[in-house]
Amino acid sequence: MRPFKYERATDAAAATKAVSANSSAKFLAGGTNILDLMKEDVERPTALIDITRLSLSQIRSANGGVSLGALAKNTDTANHPLVRQNFPLLSMAILAGASGQIRNMATNGGNLLQRTRCPYFYDVAMPCNKREPNSGCAAMEGLNRMHAIFGWSEKCIAVYPSDMAVALAALDATVKVQDANGKERTINFGDFHRLPENSPEKDTNLTNGELITSIEIPKNNFAGKSYYLKVRDRASYAFALVSVAAALETNGNKIKNVRIAMGGVAHKPWRAMEAEKMLVGKEATEANFKMAAEAEMKNAKPLEHNKFKVELGKRAIVRALSMAMNGDKA
Amino acid sequence: MRYIGKEMSRVDGVAKVTGQAKYAAEFQVKNVAYGFIVQSTIAKGSIKSIDTSEAEKQSGVIKIFTHLNSVKRKDKDDAFCALQNEKIVFNGQPIALVVAESFEQARFAARLVKAEYLKEAHLTETEKAPTVDSRGGKVRGNPKEALQNAAVRISAEYTIPIEHHNPMEPHAAIAMWDGDKLSIFDKSQGVKEVQRHLAKSFGIATENVSVVSPFVGGAFGASLNPNYYPFLTAAAAREIKRPVKVNYTRRQMFTGHGYRPYTIQKVQIGASKDGKLQAIIHEAIGNTSTFEDFSETPNGFGRTLYNCPNYDTPYKLAKTDLPTPTWMRAPGAVSGAFAIESAIDELAYELKIDPLQLRIINYAEKDPDTGKPFSSKALMECFKQGAAKFGWEKRKPEPRSMRDGKWLVGWGTATGTWGAMQLPASIRITLKADGTANVGSATADIGPGTYTVITMIAAEFLGISPEKVKFELGDTKLPNAPVQGGSFTTASVGSAAHGAALNIKKKLFDFAVRDFGFAGVSVEDTEMAKGFLFSKKDNSKSVAIADLMKKNNLTEIVENYTSMPSKERNNYTSMAHGAQFVEVKVDEDLGIIKVTKVIEATAVGKIMNPKTSHSQEMGGIVWGIGMALQEQTEIDHRYGKMMTTNLADYHIPSNADVHTVETDFIEEDDKIINPLGIKGMGELCLVGIPAAIANAVFHATGKRIRTLPITIDKIL
Ligand SMILES: Cc1cc2nc3c(=O)[nH]c(=O)nc-3n(C[C@H](O)[C@H](O)[C@H](O)COP(=O)(O)OP(=O)(O)OC[C@H]3O[C@@H](n4cnc5c(N)ncnc54)[C@H](O)[C@@H]3O)c2cc1C
Ligand code: SF4
Repeated sequence: MRPFKYERATDAAAATKAVSANSSAKFLAGGTNILDLMKEDVERPTALIDITRLSLSQIRSANGGVSLGALAKNTDTANHPLVRQNFPLLSMAILAGASGQIRNMATNGGNLLQRTRCPYFYDVAMPCNKREPNSGCAAMEGLNRMHAIFGWSEKCIAVYPSDMAVALAALDATVKVQDANGKERTINFGDFHRLPENSPEKDTNLTNGELITSIEIPKNNFAGKSYYLKVRDRASYAFALVSVAAALETNGNKIKNVRIAMGGVAHKPWRAMEAEKMLVGKEATEANFKMAAEAEMKNAKPLEHNKFKVELGKRAIVRALSMAMNGDKA
Repeated sequence: MRYIGKEMSRVDGVAKVTGQAKYAAEFQVKNVAYGFIVQSTIAKGSIKSIDTSEAEKQSGVIKIFTHLNSVKRKDKDDAFCALQNEKIVFNGQPIALVVAESFEQARFAARLVKAEYLKEAHLTETEKAPTVDSRGGKVRGNPKEALQNAAVRISAEYTIPIEHHNPMEPHAAIAMWDGDKLSIFDKSQGVKEVQRHLAKSFGIATENVSVVSPFVGGAFGASLNPNYYPFLTAAAAREIKRPVKVNYTRRQMFTGHGYRPYTIQKVQIGASKDGKLQAIIHEAIGNTSTFEDFSETPNGFGRTLYNCPNYDTPYKLAKTDLPTPTWMRAPGAVSGAFAIESAIDELAYELKIDPLQLRIINYAEKDPDTGKPFSSKALMECFKQGAAKFGWEKRKPEPRSMRDGKWLVGWGTATGTWGAMQLPASIRITLKADGTANVGSATADIGPGTYTVITMIAAEFLGISPEKVKFELGDTKLPNAPVQGGSFTTASVGSAAHGAALNIKKKLFDFAVRDFGFAGVSVEDTEMAKGFLFSKKDNSKSVAIADLMKKNNLTEIVENYTSMPSKERNNYTSMAHGAQFVEVKVDEDLGIIKVTKVIEATAVGKIMNPKTSHSQEMGGIVWGIGMALQEQTEIDHRYGKMMTTNLADYHIPSNADVHTVETDFIEEDDKIINPLGIKGMGELCLVGIPAAIANAVFHATGKRIRTLPITIDKIL
């Protein structure tokens, strides 16, 4: 670990000021990602501004939806009655991630900003455009079984690892942030994370020093029919090969409203817009789910070692929608 | 028996869970400095220049060692030794050791050490690497011809990736010198080996090296060889004239000691239509390094298993630019069993004979290689009891014929075998007049429960309760014992404890004959218990041990005893055996495999402590699940570098991956192997598991996966 300054912020304004004044300063929340990356010499902040004492950990109902404090723990968020009753998809997604111990430390804001698990990103002896712009992408022709099939660029093929964010993408959440001048803005979830394009070093559209204060989920009618499916290399404590957050609102067997987002396939949570469009107004049948899944996955561009993700993605969409529709009977 | 054969909790359990048990890195040593290893970033070539100037300027840095200023080893063998010259022989090779006042300072400065290399082309793919012949065992009969003539033939190739031990406790050592006397706390499976290695390396007398390793947080073979860091640590300590501690990071563990070699095996089997094996040709190639040959003969283990008249096991090593592999739990055996036990399963489907039945048809009643009888072999009982418990007779033979809702169900079986070895071992028992005993032997307890079982044996034959026995291990000041590996510790050190206790009884008995009227009683008819030596046949003959000692002006009796494997063993083949029955459920759409049930029946001689024995067996099964479905060290061959070098990318089973696991013992009364009838079990329990799981996956899906691990993408 390189030497760094540690400061404990007393309020949001001080925190954002401290970070925006120093381009190599970072917020410290649960620390479960940033500290690991510092030990690996991947992140090299000269200052850590500890935000854990800020009062941003409330979870409360807001306009029929829910507002999740940026510093609320993943565990508390997943287990909160408002979340479990109205947005079970989010509970499922959070609980599918990491381990109990990590979720106890991890915060909602930190979760959104966790960085990729690409092994070349973690290994400072390897070329990696995300870690060191213009050094090359070792994964492109290397071990890329875990990597993207959608939206990647010649610069970077990494996937974004969060499970929680996949559910938030499906639930049309927004992210509230605040800058050093105390100015607030609200970012639609789809615009929060970026595709790698020419600057994979930037994971999101936040500017340095902008603090996430809360995540807002608007009211919806998906609570009865939603499912988070995570396919991974072991039953627990592994990142997704492919995951699908599926939510349905139906009228009889007719689909009124549907949300599908995928994890493990792109540099950001991947909303399956194509599939969603095809399904609205259709019967909720396996045949229709299949048709929609195929339409979505035909745009996939797999790499040498992750071709299986295309077929797996299709089947995972169908399974997640069926589980959302029928629960365990699927 | 009072203690042997009864369940006993670990005598060191409380110390472990309360943190009192000290592991190598945890010893508090005054004025200790911290070393951090800098590793090469190329796989092959040499160091052109190494710049430590920036690192040296950092606060806390005491000294930086490179090949230019390091201590050179006094003797040479093929094993890798750090900082000896400019040559790079694997990616991740140590090229410098930064020593500083704190671990964090050392780690930070280590990152500022800059090396320039002269790169050479490397080769890390076993498939492409040049090979050399290794020992493969004699050819039995005429396998080629017999294969040609066989009515039914199968031929298949199986691949096992590199796997790493990943014990919870990383390697660590603290070394300190007093003149030319070296003491070192080390994580080790054999302190005497480390002692010999360090004495030779520094050119000092063996007795001038003290190695202490009382607790080991798992090792599985990773600490069988001395490894390169104890010398590196001790050399630094000598140069800076201060104690030095080196503690590995998880990433460093992947290049710190070795791994299970990448293994490619081709199995050809010829059989008659009624299932009698005619010929087996089991070829194997395992990778090794360019500078050292490591061979584990994976194909050797099938040779004693089946009554097959024609058998050949050619074995080659592929020289790769990687660290040297090493022993990893059930080395060779589990890799070989994956191939041969998968192939036997393939043959069973070909012949349309139940795979268990096929094994019974070809059951070896004596060692087919030597013609010697087995000293004991209850494998048939394992088959029967395991099958009955599992409900094997309800198995439908066709693949894909069993279902549970959307899950395909598969049942598979395999056999495991492992040598029942014993090595010379010494022990010292001091029985005191107050009825307590000190026992010491330089063995290790890397987890199987050696502290407990040796305590039990001593207590049993000294006739005192286990709480009265204090057993010390892991210290070179104690009598010689072999490394803890090969599942031979209890057989070796346990036999020594038994022998020593009997000799103490004999000494007391001689006193009793002389002083307390025991004439006419035979020593075999006496027993020690509750502080007395007494005749089991004649109530009147009984004397307090304290009185015996007092009469002879003794406060204690010390017995140094060395047990040797008996000569009689040479007339027999001694093996441990086991049968595995596995149920998997496969979600074929998503490629997910669940190992829902494992029943393992093993015949491993006398069970000394059922509690720790079951624990060993369960651990082996869980390991087998990992090996079958998850474990794999992936290499980026362009860089010759291992990439999955952390526990997030290198998967082992989580709790959620393990369902019903049951382990049964079929006890064998085998007095030929040693007086207590002890075989080993810590490795055997793993041997058949990966094959049994792969066979169950085939039964469920009709897909024969011959390359481990069986991941989702292979099922889709
Ligand atoms: C072994 C392991 C397995 C894991 N498995 C999974 C998994 O399966 N699925 C999954 O989804 N996750 C997984 N995780 C990741 C885990 O969810 C994240 O590490 C965690 O959510 C990060 O939260 P934190 O509060 O600890 O963030 P920190 O590490 O404290 O911070 C992460 C980043 O966010 C920034 N930050 C934090 N809070 C704010 C804020 N309010 N405003 C602006 N910036 C902020 C920090 O500056 C830092 O850059 C795993 C982690 C580990 C270590
Ligand atoms: S995929 Fe992205 S993160 Fe991985 S090596 Fe390439 S640039 Fe780096």
